[in-house]
Amino acid sequence: MLLQAIFFYLFAAISVAAAVMVISSRNPVHSVLFLILTFFSAAGLFIMLGAEFLAMILIVVYVGAVAVLFLFVVMMLDVDFVELRQGFLQYLPVGGLIGLILLVELIAVLTWSTMSPELTAVAQVPIPPAGEVSNIEAIGQLLYTRYIYFFQTAGLILLVAMVGAIVLTLRHKEGVRRQNIADQVYRDPKTVKLHKVESGKGI
Amino acid sequence: MTFWDGLYYLLGVSISPFFIGVVWQTLILIVVLLVAIAYILYADRKIWAAVQLRRGPNVVGPWGLFQSFADMLKFVFKEPVIPAASNKTIFILAPLVSVTLALGAWAVIPVAENWVIADINVGILYILAFSSLGVYGIIMGGWASNSKYPFLSALRSAAQMVSYEVSIGFVIITVLLCAGSLNLTEIVKSQESGLANMIGLPWLSFLNWYWLPLLPMFAIFFISALAETNRPPFDLAEAESELVAGFMVEYGSILYMMFMLGEYVSISLMCSLMTIMFLGGWASPIDIPPFTWVPGVIWFTIKACAVFFMFAMVKAMVPRYRYDQLMRLGWKVFLPLSLAAVFVVALVLQLTGWAS
Repeated sequence: MLLQAIFFYLFAAISVAAAVMVISSRNPVHSVLFLILTFFSAAGLFIMLGAEFLAMILIVVYVGAVAVLFLFVVMMLDVDFVELRQGFLQYLPVGGLIGLILLVELIAVLTWSTMSPELTAVAQVPIPPAGEVSNIEAIGQLLYTRYIYFFQTAGLILLVAMVGAIVLTLRHKEGVRRQNIADQVYRDPKTVKLHKVESGKGI
Repeated sequence: MTFWDGLYYLLGVSISPFFIGVVWQTLILIVVLLVAIAYILYADRKIWAAVQLRRGPNVVGPWGLFQSFADMLKFVFKEPVIPAASNKTIFILAPLVSVTLALGAWAVIPVAENWVIADINVGILYILAFSSLGVYGIIMGGWASNSKYPFLSALRSAAQMVSYEVSIGFVIITVLLCAGSLNLTEIVKSQESGLANMIGLPWLSFLNWYWLPLLPMFAIFFISALAETNRPPFDLAEAESELVAGFMVEYGSILYMMFMLGEYVSISLMCSLMTIMFLGGWASPIDIPPFTWVPGVIWFTIKACAVFFMFAMVKAMVPRYRYDQLMRLGWKVFLPLSLAAVFVVALVLQLTGWAS
């Protein structure tokens, strides 16, 4: 299908170009906005694969929440661009080396390795026929039956990380005056004077 | 050879009937929606004025009915002023993003049976995704203006919208648990039977809808929708007594109008979402002949307008929240309540066997 090919190359080209712009643009806020564009085109690619649930979750979680916080933090940074550029040559060898190693590894994985036949068998078993069960139901059935322990463990790890972040930033200050909503609501009605004001009249 | 035939030969796929159908549907939806927005805006001002014993817009056209169109012309013909120190691309992009995202979400709203542009099976997630993206228009506009008040407003708005999305998400989960589907049409259809059938009065179909069994969730969703769309009493992003006009301070003419339009389109989206999830969508409230003859789209419009009337009355009557009160309401009241509701609803459905 030509139409599908056009959309695939469109989304793929946008996501690659935006990903390049994430690391090459001078302004960090622009970088985050390009990152969002990358997520968006990746979601488009997911939809073309027939994985519409993953596409929506990608947008809701990463674009709707995580990237907002990124943008939030980056906007408030006072970045001195001249200073940022200064260390470029100094870090170039180390950065280039790491990049090279990653590239070699990727090529090695993609060319020399083959998937073991048992692994492909495992992957094929739980996929239900696409016509009968919708995408969401299939993921739900797998996630909450076969992989329930992994799923719960992942949730617990996130919970621990969240509690840790709160504990690290929690400060109890003495002598801060706070509003107690319950106290205000249950205030003695005799101390307040209530007027029934008619429409258009005034007191 | 017409244009569509040419496209057909070019692409080699039989898209033309489907594609033309979608284009026409989209055009009709956008035109109807924009005219409806003009009158929603007018209704908003009239209701606000009536509560404050004013007349409201009453000069342009009979009873001021053409006021919104006059305003639109004024905005279009004014010169757009772009501040010299602003980040120009993002400054212009922000209102475009805001209005495009708001209109895009309407693609999955079924206004009557089978009257929907894209009947996708993750409809409600699509809407959640698009409404969570609405914050980018505000953040980008606030940051690109390169001015103090818009920036403060963008920060406020980002925190506010992220906070209230959490409770909106949980409310949607309770509805999904009851409906058993993420497709909006299926959610409406699942409200065809319920409480009214249970008490033996199936013609009282308004008792079938989810507003009654999920009444607390309906209230939480309504208030969260006010916060999500930056409506008063949660309009802290543009609180004029504190931030002049929030993220819109530097905007004028058509760019300002696009922000305004995006805001009202997302309000209308929230109204229709409430109609679909809690008020039975296009179903008639009483299932006997004179009411069932009325087409579904009319019932849908009436219900959505009723919800909007509540939006307008809240704007007129409730004083603005302070920022810490807003955060307290979102995180300490709505989040635990809606989280508990997810557990309770799931438990009830499992114990009674209504879920299957």
